[in-house]
Amino acid sequence: MTPKSGIRFSDKVMRTQNAMSDMPVSPRAYLQSLSRWRPIEIIFWLATLLPFWLFPNYLSLASQIAVAALFALSLDLILGYAGVVSLGHAAFFGVGAYTAGLFTKFVWGEVFTGLIAAAIMAALVGYASSFIIARFRHLTLIMITLGLGLILHEVANSASWLTGGSDGLQGVSVWKVAGLFRFDLYGTTAYGYALGVLFVMFLMARRLVNSPFGLALRGIRENFVRMPAIGADSRAHIRKIYTISAAMAGIAGAVIAQTTQTVSLETLSFERSADVLVMLVFGGAGRLYGGIVGAAIFLVARDQFSGIAPQYWYFWIGILLVVVVMFLPNGILGGLSKITARWSRK
Amino acid sequence: MSDLSAPVKTTIALQTRGLSKAFGSLVVARDIALNLPVGARYALIGPNGAGKTTLINLMTGMLTPNQGQIFLGGADITALPPQARVKRGLARTFQINTLFAGLNALEAVTLAVCERRGIADHFWQNIAVHKEAIEEAYEILVKLRLGDACYQPTRELPYGRQRLLEIALALATKPKVLLLDEPAAGVPQEESGDIFEVVASLSNDLTLLFIEHDMHVVFRFATHIIVLVSGSVFAEGSPAEIAADTGVQEVYLGARKHG
Amino acid sequence: MMLPPVLGVLFDGIAYGMLLFLLSVGLSVTLGLMNFVNLAHCAFAMLGGYVTVILMKDLHWNFFATLPLAFFAAALVSVVIERILYRRLYRASDLDQVLLTIGLAFISVAVAAWFFGTTQQPIDMPSYMRGSFVVMGLNIAVYRLFLVAVGIAVTILLIMTVEHTRFGAQVRAAVDNQRMARGLGIDVDRTFAITFALGSGLAGLGGALAIEIVGLDPQFAFTYLVYVLIIVSVGGLGSITGSFAAACLIGISDIAGKYYVPQLGAFLIYLVMVAVLMWRPAGLFGRR
Repeated sequence: MTPKSGIRFSDKVMRTQNAMSDMPVSPRAYLQSLSRWRPIEIIFWLATLLPFWLFPNYLSLASQIAVAALFALSLDLILGYAGVVSLGHAAFFGVGAYTAGLFTKFVWGEVFTGLIAAAIMAALVGYASSFIIARFRHLTLIMITLGLGLILHEVANSASWLTGGSDGLQGVSVWKVAGLFRFDLYGTTAYGYALGVLFVMFLMARRLVNSPFGLALRGIRENFVRMPAIGADSRAHIRKIYTISAAMAGIAGAVIAQTTQTVSLETLSFERSADVLVMLVFGGAGRLYGGIVGAAIFLVARDQFSGIAPQYWYFWIGILLVVVVMFLPNGILGGLSKITARWSRK
Repeated sequence: MSDLSAPVKTTIALQTRGLSKAFGSLVVARDIALNLPVGARYALIGPNGAGKTTLINLMTGMLTPNQGQIFLGGADITALPPQARVKRGLARTFQINTLFAGLNALEAVTLAVCERRGIADHFWQNIAVHKEAIEEAYEILVKLRLGDACYQPTRELPYGRQRLLEIALALATKPKVLLLDEPAAGVPQEESGDIFEVVASLSNDLTLLFIEHDMHVVFRFATHIIVLVSGSVFAEGSPAEIAADTGVQEVYLGARKHG
Repeated sequence: MMLPPVLGVLFDGIAYGMLLFLLSVGLSVTLGLMNFVNLAHCAFAMLGGYVTVILMKDLHWNFFATLPLAFFAAALVSVVIERILYRRLYRASDLDQVLLTIGLAFISVAVAAWFFGTTQQPIDMPSYMRGSFVVMGLNIAVYRLFLVAVGIAVTILLIMTVEHTRFGAQVRAAVDNQRMARGLGIDVDRTFAITFALGSGLAGLGGALAIEIVGLDPQFAFTYLVYVLIIVSVGGLGSITGSFAAACLIGISDIAGKYYVPQLGAFLIYLVMVAVLMWRPAGLFGRR
């Protein structure tokens, strides 16, 4: 091994991995370089601050986008990285939302501890259901995730003494964030808070994806059959990531409960599970940023078309889904990276 | 019944007793008894559909037998799931490339090494922190002549190199017994030499059972041949004995007429 | 002699189950045959229903005369969709199939709403079909009896086709082991196309029959999709008897649940599904 370690790569080279075989670089340095922060990522995160100045009237929409992005990110961890298709992920979003709401009613209104409580509750529910989820694949798995989501929705509906039923949870009131920032109608605090939580969770997800565990998840997605043949306990891995993903979805739900100070059954609904799936697939699963991009485009579009009746909105979603599946299987980000790869080969 | 459940110092690396499997009325394995001594170079041959890959699937745990037992190094592994058998030292390669298409070779072998070292579920640190695992993976790749292509995505590797990667993944688990399912299947002549040189260079502590159709390869590498026909052991013996066996010749000539 | 009311609930449950069976059997067989997750299946049912509505309302056809047309219209449209879109996705991932077919279902809902509005479409059933008669203390609705008769007739026809015709043998072989079936010279793709058309046609028939019992609106494609998926999972992919048994089970559970324990709501069938799947992941009559 003759390595020259610590060589800096330009982003174009990193994107076209074919060139790698000519570079005299140590294996360890190469693997590390795959997870380095690229300039476009830094630009992206700086750009998320722009709404404060450019769209001050849309900050509550922006905070909804941040919440949906975090929710989509949690789904990406199981779907984009481990290949688990879930039609019931809103279960954890709703558990987190209701936990955070009830936390303010029965404990106190401090937001950060509320987030932790929601994460723990959602993680527990996720952990319990992971034992069922990890045992199945294909249609059976899809049906079980759908069934569990529907069951939880019905339970919440029936337990109206706790959840408020179809009227929603009443009396949620949070304190000022860190004792300083009040959630107001303009949404400034809401967006700052949601964005901050999203960024921190994103950093954690990024670490996970670039760790040995992230590699194992990609192995599960790439070739499920090969994993036991290299000594991997795929079920244990899936249980682990499912629990982590549930906790993250729960945090997203908690943020929406805290910033809007309401919790309704909608947070547990099939519509929410389906919407987040569409957002993630549209943006591009397995790329960490896909959920964020998809959530932004989806919610901005829905806001713009908010006048039309729901079935016509879903008409365009339907067309979109057909187009994405037939022509853009890796979503927008997948399409973009194909274009840039072709460009940098010139 | 099995008084051999505790690991015993033994010279038999892999043993099956009365291994049988049927799908309804279709019998794919019939009372198969094998004994592989440590360091063996055994070949498993037979006409298409004889059940050779099925036997490997039974031994590795991908299929559950209806009857019979499997012993690895003297310990009964019949009830163990596939990944537990790998951890005990039983590895296999697949006849059709079963690789991680989107991972590059380095990532794939590193993953196998991490699984063996028990660090594959560590999610807090960057993979680059695990220096020894990466270096070990790289060494395996170099030994298999894949060092220069190890950063390429698996799906872009030429077919012959993918077959080598199959073996690399199995070797990364540090097996005691390695089952090779047609290692050079579908590989063009110019590249198959590489594969056999690699197989020849494998350590003598490693016990090998390989499925092969090319008789030149079989006679070159095998010290013992097992002939499987319609799920049962038809004949076994040294290469000279099998070459002289008229029954075996008939079976193969007959098969060639149909195929 | 008076029969206990529970038998009445049972009868209603079975009648409902027959309807669900017609809606589900096509999906079960095509899933078992090609492993293709077609979540737009109930959109074909909806199509059949709206065909009946148009024929009765605008062209004043007899209800019974519309039924074969509902069947054929759904079958025809399914052939077109299969040729243009589905064919390309047989080897695609579960997720891709789920997304594409859900997308088609969304589109169909919007199209239905555009042409027919969002409210339920009533139809004018001949008055003798609307009545009921009393048998040993039980109230038997004529229409429900009709449903049971149709269900049994279709089941017998299907089983006879599968067991006694060459086409049926080809279907069975392909469900059992596709590769081997191809090896034996069976044109699996054609077999699938025909089975798919039949299954969608039956769904269309089910949709037409459903109008009188549960009503027809554009949401039908999704409302009943959940039931159909539950039945297919519980019954086992590729199994006609499985669909029949599961449909009766779900039909009876739903009706009995609503009758005896209304506060449980739709809960019960979801629980039944999750429980059965955990016990038998391939369904009650599924393979592997």
